[in-house]
Amino acid sequence: MAIKKPVIDRPLTVGDVEIGGAMPSDGNSATYITGTWRTERPAFDPSICTSCLICWVSCPDSSILVKNGKVVGIDAKHCKGCGICAKECPTKPVKAIVMLPGGVYQGNEMFDRRAGA
Amino acid sequence: MIDTQTDAARHQAPAKSTPKGLTGDGAAAEAMRQIDPDVVAAYPITPQTEIVERFAEFVADGLVNTEFVAVESEHSALSACCGAAAAGARAITCTASQGLMLMHEILFITAGQRLPIVMAVVNRNISAPINIHADHSDTMASRDCGWVQLYCQDAQEVYDSTIQAVRIAEHPDVMLPVMVCLDGFITSHDMERVDVLPDEVVKQFVGEYKAAYNLLDTENPVTVGILAGPPHLFEHKVAQYQAMQRSARVIAEIGQEFGELSGRSYDLVEPYRMDDAEVAIVVMSTAAGTTRVAVDRARAQGVKAGLLRVRSFRPFPMDEVAAQLLGKRVVAVFDRAAAPGAAGAPLFSDVRTALYDQPSRPRVLGYVFGLGGRDLTVDMTVEVFEQLAASQAADGVPTRQYLGVRE
Repeated sequence: MAIKKPVIDRPLTVGDVEIGGAMPSDGNSATYITGTWRTERPAFDPSICTSCLICWVSCPDSSILVKNGKVVGIDAKHCKGCGICAKECPTKPVKAIVMLPGGVYQGNEMFDRRAGA
Repeated sequence: MIDTQTDAARHQAPAKSTPKGLTGDGAAAEAMRQIDPDVVAAYPITPQTEIVERFAEFVADGLVNTEFVAVESEHSALSACCGAAAAGARAITCTASQGLMLMHEILFITAGQRLPIVMAVVNRNISAPINIHADHSDTMASRDCGWVQLYCQDAQEVYDSTIQAVRIAEHPDVMLPVMVCLDGFITSHDMERVDVLPDEVVKQFVGEYKAAYNLLDTENPVTVGILAGPPHLFEHKVAQYQAMQRSARVIAEIGQEFGELSGRSYDLVEPYRMDDAEVAIVVMSTAAGTTRVAVDRARAQGVKAGLLRVRSFRPFPMDEVAAQLLGKRVVAVFDRAAAPGAAGAPLFSDVRTALYDQPSRPRVLGYVFGLGGRDLTVDMTVEVFEQLAASQAADGVPTRQYLGVRE
């Protein structure tokens, strides 16, 4: 009994369903755009950020983008706007990540506080 | 066991079997020993206890290679089996009554995740009032959980069906869990002759289970227990329901294949003297043995009586039931469970529905009997046959009634 490839490019039909809904490949959640769930968005200021990575550890959706050990932004396609990163951000007196109203996914620029978000 | 010609024929086996004295519970345990599953997680409850006790002895004596998990509840028993089955193991459990109620949410999960777990259920009443004796309240309350349900007439059938259940459950067209149901005490604790196949023959018949995926296979990672929202869930469930429909053919085929091996064939339904019958009783489990004797006695009195035993309740064999009952004048359906407030008891409702699309329909009367281990006697059953024979279209006989209760 071979396990089927998951259908991600069209609506699932009864015939597509794998036995018990088993999902045979990893990385499928990347195709599920959860960024549309937000009611608030995390706004990031790299000039304040110390790249302590506490937000990266805390994010339940792996949406903190890190390059060479530095936080470089937030994955707007998948961030659900839970606010844990902003809550956990330790910088004082101003947090590097704060939650701002308006969460609709419009691209990553809205997550940079310096860009007038 | 009722000693009739049919029973004698059932014991003439092509494969060299050994007759043993076994209770229904003992027969289930014996089948499990020969199947030698990878995992058994079970919790004892009357009247199923002997299955767990016996199997634990097999484990302690080194007669099986099974990982036996002595869990703290039935909820855990089935959950542990689900985990094992998702990891590619062949898993078996058993329960009864309140234990099945405690498993209830996991019953749906087992079927939805398409885990081919086999479970012996020793049918027993559900509290309250508390009662440990036979009726079908427990498995009837679980009839829409998505499990295949086979109802056994005697210890021999418990042994035979447990072995077949493994093949049915794991069939690629099915991949659903299977309940093997036996009547509490009447079957579970009654010592009968059971013809036991050689260990090697059973081992070969059940074969090795090769799961499509394995949770512990890190080379081929797989996610199980997925979330399916409104855009996806309906398709998942319909795929599951289609597997249940396909299982009917598989049950019949494997019942036939087992017959070639053992001399004891099984089908979805078992008719007895139905060909020229004018009146018939439809019933499941041990009451079918009683009814078989009542058929012979009623016929000796000039009543053209017949019996239709339903072995597979889920999937319900609509076409086979309709074909057997077509042309009969009056049919009584005996249910060992009630469905309070429903259009009728479970078997009655399904039998009547099976007949609705037919060009001509017999009159169908529903009888609820035997709750909490109340005896169904041959005399009572003959009396029903006499009532059916005397019955006319508008004679005022209620369509649904209780049999053997003091009203």
